[in-house]
Amino acid sequence: MAGIVGWGSYIPKYRIKAETIAEVQNADAAAIKAGLGLTEKSVPGKDEDTATISVHAARDALARAGIDRKQIGSVYVGSESHPYAVKPTASIVGEALDIGNAYMAVDTEFACKAGSATIQINAGLVDSGMIKYGLSIGADTSQAEPGNALEYSAAAGGAAFIVGPNSESVATLDYTCSFTSDTPDFWRRAMQAYPSHAGRFTGEPAYFKHVSSATDMILKKSGAKITDFKYVVFHMPNGKFPLRMAKQFGATKEQIEAGLVVTKIGNTYSGSSILGLASVLDVAKPGDKILVTSYGSGSGSDAFIFTATKKITEAQKKARKVNDYIARKEYITYPQYLKHMEGIHQ
Amino acid sequence: MFRESPIIRWRNYSDRYKLRGYKCTKCSATYFEYKGMCPCGNLDFTEIDFSGRGKIAAFTQIHGGPEAFENKTPYCVAVIDLVEGARIEAQVMDCKYEDLKIGTEVEAVFRKFYSSGEKGVIHYGTKFVPKF
Ligand SMILES: [Zn+2]
Repeated sequence: MAGIVGWGSYIPKYRIKAETIAEVQNADAAAIKAGLGLTEKSVPGKDEDTATISVHAARDALARAGIDRKQIGSVYVGSESHPYAVKPTASIVGEALDIGNAYMAVDTEFACKAGSATIQINAGLVDSGMIKYGLSIGADTSQAEPGNALEYSAAAGGAAFIVGPNSESVATLDYTCSFTSDTPDFWRRAMQAYPSHAGRFTGEPAYFKHVSSATDMILKKSGAKITDFKYVVFHMPNGKFPLRMAKQFGATKEQIEAGLVVTKIGNTYSGSSILGLASVLDVAKPGDKILVTSYGSGSGSDAFIFTATKKITEAQKKARKVNDYIARKEYITYPQYLKHMEGIHQ
Repeated sequence: MFRESPIIRWRNYSDRYKLRGYKCTKCSATYFEYKGMCPCGNLDFTEIDFSGRGKIAAFTQIHGGPEAFENKTPYCVAVIDLVEGARIEAQVMDCKYEDLKIGTEVEAVFRKFYSSGEKGVIHYGTKFVPKF
């Protein structure tokens, strides 16, 4: 199968603390932090959106891949905050990356798994011989209505992957599969600025059912055991859900920790599980096996098994790591936060 | 002034998106904007893709920007000497005025410039941030 030839990530510099939001919402910050398992979230700059985050992450992915950019045959950008309702983000990204014009492109949307799905699409295109390299991106500047519980976690960031031939990969894609069903746990209707969700329903029949079913499916398909993996990443809508999933599958704290970026930056939606993957690739050693299961409301989960190759060590040095972006931060006030988010729609 | 045709800006995408400029074929001087003639007297140039790395040569802070940038004030604008030698004027983001100095190292990023009203096209291009 195909594999990952290069990867890159991006997280905006700005952060808002859970305490700052709790103060405005008149809520108990300690209870919120304990309940959601996160302390702060990333906020986009006033001139950042899904397109700019995508370009930033993709430039790092290109630096790591070291390939001729004109050989990229496809650009897929997954997001639920594409800058335009009609006009692709993918073509803006392709132009900014200077990859020429001979590439397939489309934007994808499937709540938080719009990015991971593009890795599957590109792997299929590479394996069929239709393209040599494909660019897969998941990025978001996710919106939450002021006063809503989502305000504590809806964050900004993204990750990009160049999918290409197995022989050139820093991590081979060994297996992938998905579990999908029509489940109305979270949605945003056309022309609405903010999403709606079905409260506690977002847990049991939605996240947990789909993530565990896709994970069960890939373990069965591959014959792998959870102990075979050095790293395990489950989609992170908050800091609690992936830990519960890990417990259910018997994954240890050590296996989960490297990819658990949500506790420091919040849920970057389409960027979330794949930022976890990027964060793991930043530190993985040749031979390490990686299990990733994404989740998108509405609902579906994509599961992946990767194995890091000898090429990963060199590639790790060629661009910034997820932790570099996490460490670069500036806290903002609630009025500043509103101003930053207002810019998203202008 | 910001309701100009999206097509006019589209013609400059290659310069604005990618930081592409011109290099004198005789003395190798580089320019961001097209020049008819190099001070060395040569009339021939080749295209060059700048690395996006540079240093601040001069800077200021804008408090009362044009209408399209109103919600972004205050912001910093700088004259930047690119490592390849060319000089460019650009916004410097993700920093405070107090953080900047002459000589501060910066790097190019792809950012949103402005939107032509609520219904218009969103314009993107190159800005700079302090190196981190
Ligand atoms: Zn000259």
